[in-house]
Amino acid sequence: MRKIGMLVAGVAALGMALGQANVIKIATQSPLSGPQAALGEQIKLGAELAIEEAKAKFKALGFDLVLVPYDDQANPDVGVANANRIINDPDILGVVGHLNSGVAIPSSEVYARVNLVMVSPANTNPRVTDRKLPNVNRICGRDDVQGPVGAEYAFKNLKVRNVFVIHDKTAYGQGLAEEFKKRLEALGGKAVAFVGTEETSNFVPIINQIRAARPVPELIYFGGIYSQIGPFVKQLRERGVKTRLMGGDGLDSSEFLRLAGAQNAAGTFYTTVAGPVSAFPKAKAVAQRFKQKYGKDMEGFGIYAYDSANVILAALENAIKAAGGKKPTREQVAQAVRQVKMEGLTGTIEFDDKGDNKKAKYFVMQVASTGNWADNKLIRVIEMAAPGSK
Amino acid sequence: MLEQILALLPQVIFDGLILGFVYAMVALGYTMVYGVLELINFAHSEIFMIGAVVGVEVFRYLAPQVGNGLLLLFIALVLGGVVAGITAILVERFAYRPLRKRGTTNRLVPLITAIGVSFILQDLVRLLEGLWHNEFFLRMRTVEDLEGSVELFGGAIFAQSKSFILMGVSILMLLGLTYLVNRTKLGVAIRAVAQDLSTASLMGIDPDRIISRTFLIGGSLGGVAGVLFALQYTTITPYVGFLPGVKAFTAAVLGGIGNIPGAMVGGLVLGQLENFFGTYLPILTNGNFGTEYKDVVAFLILIFILLVRPQGLLGQVVKEKV
Repeated sequence: MRKIGMLVAGVAALGMALGQANVIKIATQSPLSGPQAALGEQIKLGAELAIEEAKAKFKALGFDLVLVPYDDQANPDVGVANANRIINDPDILGVVGHLNSGVAIPSSEVYARVNLVMVSPANTNPRVTDRKLPNVNRICGRDDVQGPVGAEYAFKNLKVRNVFVIHDKTAYGQGLAEEFKKRLEALGGKAVAFVGTEETSNFVPIINQIRAARPVPELIYFGGIYSQIGPFVKQLRERGVKTRLMGGDGLDSSEFLRLAGAQNAAGTFYTTVAGPVSAFPKAKAVAQRFKQKYGKDMEGFGIYAYDSANVILAALENAIKAAGGKKPTREQVAQAVRQVKMEGLTGTIEFDDKGDNKKAKYFVMQVASTGNWADNKLIRVIEMAAPGSK
Repeated sequence: MLEQILALLPQVIFDGLILGFVYAMVALGYTMVYGVLELINFAHSEIFMIGAVVGVEVFRYLAPQVGNGLLLLFIALVLGGVVAGITAILVERFAYRPLRKRGTTNRLVPLITAIGVSFILQDLVRLLEGLWHNEFFLRMRTVEDLEGSVELFGGAIFAQSKSFILMGVSILMLLGLTYLVNRTKLGVAIRAVAQDLSTASLMGIDPDRIISRTFLIGGSLGGVAGVLFALQYTTITPYVGFLPGVKAFTAAVLGGIGNIPGAMVGGLVLGQLENFFGTYLPILTNGNFGTEYKDVVAFLILIFILLVRPQGLLGQVVKEKV
């Protein structure tokens, strides 16, 4: 009896091993529910499209490619819990994500335990790559460049001297606001105030501070996410404050338009690390396929997620070839990612020793008054190397 | 610094008043239920949220049909109040009454039930709105004839017409409630049940019915407050009730829980404290403490007040029930 049982178990285990041997999974982690789902869904769908398109190629190599999306809810605890589930699935060989630096930083430490490679389309906090983890890479820019890019534009082009700086107290928002303030002050401008807030509905106290601030601020800079900046702008304009507004890539979502109201949002400046489809001639065809498949417009992070997934897929292909057609180990994939040099939709992708893209693009944008996010005006594109890279 | 503070003061007081009225209306729900059942009904935050969501939906669907903004708001207030009131009754019927019938004497059990109900309602609304509109942030639709604004006292106060509506409606409701509790038969019954549930039932009062009505009244007040909140601050999520709920509860305790005028005073005081410190903290501390600490400071002051006057501002020291 016992022997039969063992035999059955053995056969079952063998069957499972055989069944799984040729499956390669790529995970995405981004907020799919809750306040930031609009941005997170772009990441999931962008990666999904890339994987769908590569399926045939991997089939020819003898592997089934599968996407496994995880919802990190923009919450570090959830992200880490998912990360633990991800590393326990041996078929997952790469992660595309996250949206939030505050989630990516602790989660990537979990991936690092098993050398699971992560390529981020959206994490801009300097600490994401400054820890020099061998498995952590990003193709987007960094806040210590994005913040200063905004400050330079405000100071030199908008001729703004006094700025009211607000942040949302997260690793992302506060970091961005601090970098903005630093460069502004180095240029000779002044941050009239530097205020943090976790408020989501009643922005009246801050608006009153803005009205009372001396010297009168010529610009408001808000380091945060559209979910907060949208209602803030609506209340600000309703109260008759016309001061210009600038933010980072956190407000780079059409949801910002909906929450603020098209009229109130019009003219808002923002810097982003993920340019719109119009900034990338090569992305046009992909964006059409995206729209056809998902019925939604492809926005900045969708394009970057598409490229991130393709970086992992290119590395996988190289690693499979290097391993003689066998399934590579996670470590081999991580090493292969660092070797990748490819032309993505967003430009050349090549990593330095920290995992930053050697040259990332930064965009200064202005919200259009037409009420259509895709009409936003691209004011300038700046290509800049990550600080400290060789 | 002083100049800056004085220049803003009228505005801060005015804005604090509006916030205070919202808290006061929500606090009434806490205080009424506590007065009758000695239950802290934490699900009341979510009743408030449901009112806000109903307001948003009414504006979304009826704004193109109803030309008149005030009429539209009236419909939203009535529907918001009714839906929230009915939800409150259902919560009482299915979550609290079974516990009461079972004779649970432990105070913690209904409290934990209330917290649980609160989570259920949040996620239920989130699910429904997700399926219905695929939206997490619900935005109150702008209606032009509610969007006017005036400057009072030579520009010292910037006031939106919807702020006056909020104040007007809340004052009406507070007066109405005071009349209802003190002058009507239902009010007498509510007070009787609050005094002693079992004795009241011997006097021909059906306590279940009175408790239901109490929840209905408190719930509708919360719902109306929710609609006005949505109109004033424009963006609503399924979790929007939590903080105002906790603050309104604090306001009820500050005013002396179980005491209706107390809840109103508590709400107004809390609204002023929050708005005052939210605006002035960075100025007072030279930028070292930002607006994010406004709740900390407001709550520290509340704790201090309660240390000095534990029964609350208008509360009376609880004597043995006669």
